Amino acid sequence: MASVNVIKPKARLSNSNILFLIAAVIFVLMYLFAIITFPNSFLQFQTFFDLFNLNAPLIIMTLGLCIVMIGGGIDISIGSVTGLVTMACAVFLESRMGSIGGAILVALGIGIAFGILQGYLIAYLEIQPFIITLSGLFLAQGLLTTLHKDPINVTMPAFVSLRDFDIVIAWLGTRNRLGVFIPCEIKPGTLIFIVLLIILASLMKWSRFGRNVYAVGGNTHSAMMLGINVKRTIFITYVISGLTAGIAGFVYIMTTGAGNVGNAAGAEMKAIASAIIGGTLLNGGVGNLLGAPIGTLTLLIINELIRAAGVQSNWQAMVSGLLLYFFIVLQSVIMSLRDRRKFSIALPPWLRLSGKEQLGGQREQ
Amino acid sequence: MSNMKKNISHLVLPLSVMALLIVINLIKGADYFTISMVNGAFYGNIPNILFGASELVILSIGMTLVTGASRGQDISIGVSATITSAVFVQYVLQASEVTLFTIIVGFLLSCVTGLLLGAFNGTLVSVFKVQPMVASLILFTGGRSIAFMIDGKLSPILANDISNKIGTVIPGVPVQTAIILTAVFIAIVAVVFKTTNLRLYVETVGINPNAARLNGINPKKIIFLTFLIMGICTAVAGFIAVNKAGRHDSVNLLKLIMMDAILAVAIGGNSLGGGKFSITGSIIGAYTIEMLNRTLLRLEIDPAMIKVFKAVFIIILMVVASPVVRAFMSKNLDRFRSWRLSSSQQKGPISTTNIARKQGE
Repeated sequence: MASVNVIKPKARLSNSNILFLIAAVIFVLMYLFAIITFPNSFLQFQTFFDLFNLNAPLIIMTLGLCIVMIGGGIDISIGSVTGLVTMACAVFLESRMGSIGGAILVALGIGIAFGILQGYLIAYLEIQPFIITLSGLFLAQGLLTTLHKDPINVTMPAFVSLRDFDIVIAWLGTRNRLGVFIPCEIKPGTLIFIVLLIILASLMKWSRFGRNVYAVGGNTHSAMMLGINVKRTIFITYVISGLTAGIAGFVYIMTTGAGNVGNAAGAEMKAIASAIIGGTLLNGGVGNLLGAPIGTLTLLIINELIRAAGVQSNWQAMVSGLLLYFFIVLQSVIMSLRDRRKFSIALPPWLRLSGKEQLGGQREQ
Repeated sequence: MSNMKKNISHLVLPLSVMALLIVINLIKGADYFTISMVNGAFYGNIPNILFGASELVILSIGMTLVTGASRGQDISIGVSATITSAVFVQYVLQASEVTLFTIIVGFLLSCVTGLLLGAFNGTLVSVFKVQPMVASLILFTGGRSIAFMIDGKLSPILANDISNKIGTVIPGVPVQTAIILTAVFIAIVAVVFKTTNLRLYVETVGINPNAARLNGINPKKIIFLTFLIMGICTAVAGFIAVNKAGRHDSVNLLKLIMMDAILAVAIGGNSLGGGKFSITGSIIGAYTIEMLNRTLLRLEIDPAMIKVFKAVFIIILMVVASPVVRAFMSKNLDRFRSWRLSSSQQKGPISTTNIARKQGE
């Protein structure tokens, strides 16, 4: 970014925050629009909670991806790793020694193993992240099909009760047509997502590691000059991303209760799109973890709206594309406008040495 | 001499991989290179690789240019090829009589579509300064639906004589048509690169856009141009792919080919961070990937495991080619050389032949 070397006044919003604000405002506007057009469904709290309940895995994946993207890398293996984790958990739970604790360990272990492998290769051997995570994608897909090819429906009693477990909010709910009060329900996956969001967001905001990630993503060389251990920072971002992919896999199987070859297929692209809508730049150094759920929800609400309107499913993909287009252009325009305004603030008229020529000269830099 | 060495040094990686694959194949069976004539055309392992990789080669040429200039990758190439070929198929199908003229007009129409799609991505990247991968994510998300709508929700079949010939062989010509088209395309690209300054400009913009602008090269124009070339590449690739398949399947046509194309660029010894590039390397890289796929099939690996082997192969390849390992190797090589030099100096007048003779005694 051109604005890095300009000294900012403290009160001004950072790039991360302004992109996050845009995403948040658009999300709220979109939800309002949804409420106005389809008041029956979108005004219910359950609809809002269902967005989280059904899509918690995607949001969790996006959280990890956001950290990697802020650190200047990219991880396209997360979708396949999540799919592999669901299948491994399903196979493990169906085996004789299956237990829920063991399944959680399997999920975390697979996620961390992928994170460590990819992180080591990318950070310490300096290989391009795209290629390594692409081969991670192939590896996870291959292991998935090697493990088991047919869908497995987990029938273990303890797991089934966990799958059907809901947290009921008794004081919040709606009455149906017969006048029966139906309380709202939250899946455990949503709670896991909220806890993870709080932990990771505070990690990125207040810990030394989080600051290091922003510094490394913004400019690797100056981060190194500052004495930051760049390689370790990048390594840890990939480990976190692998870990969140593992957790997402467990949440996924907790939601659907089945292992399938097609689980979470193509989720990496959805996660990247969500992260971008949430205000994380692919260049690195800019982003806000709170934007991850907002970006995902914005994409999902579009889909929900189209489904509610009863239009062809083809339009769903096209409108998602249009929405992305709108966001990307908006982000770009706002960033360039900000740069210009900041420039005029950085050089007030009385500081200019020789009028317009100086201005022109500076602008070309 | 040093110039030639420099030209070859970045081809060491793809060529050595290719050699390794050939050795593996020869160990598996000595009949790897045999070519047989079936119905007046060559068939065998090598023609199959050339035939199967034709779209990948064309797309990886475009990908190399885009990577070189804009320091990012276009992930919408498979989708773009699907849309351009949908236009081509629709034009051919609505014509009452399919002649060579119809095919050519259809192909030109699909080229125009490719240019439009390239311009769409190119505008986002050059004017709005969006990362290429993000910009092409838009088409990637919505593109297949557009192709589906052009098709009219069907997967139309190209059942005419000329398409069939383009997809397989023209009678009397012993080589598959796709191979000829690829060769012609590579030749055109080579001529363009020989006669214009395109390579210099693209590399300059990729290395430092600001420096390029100060030297009078407009980076926006160059980046836009690379995306236009990418559009043409997708049109040609879509044309070949749809004629090969004989029907237009807008869901699965050239799915996931962008991964292979990016891989081809990387195996070809190019940096994915832009700057200097080698199209020859990418072309060899693309053929290597096809060879790898077919080798895994030939080794009769369980189809479920193929992706694992591919991933492990790529990881090993990238580790060997990584800058850290290379630096380590060259350091150790230097140390070994200096150790040999110093040890031979210590011995002074005794030459190596003498030592050998003494040991022999």
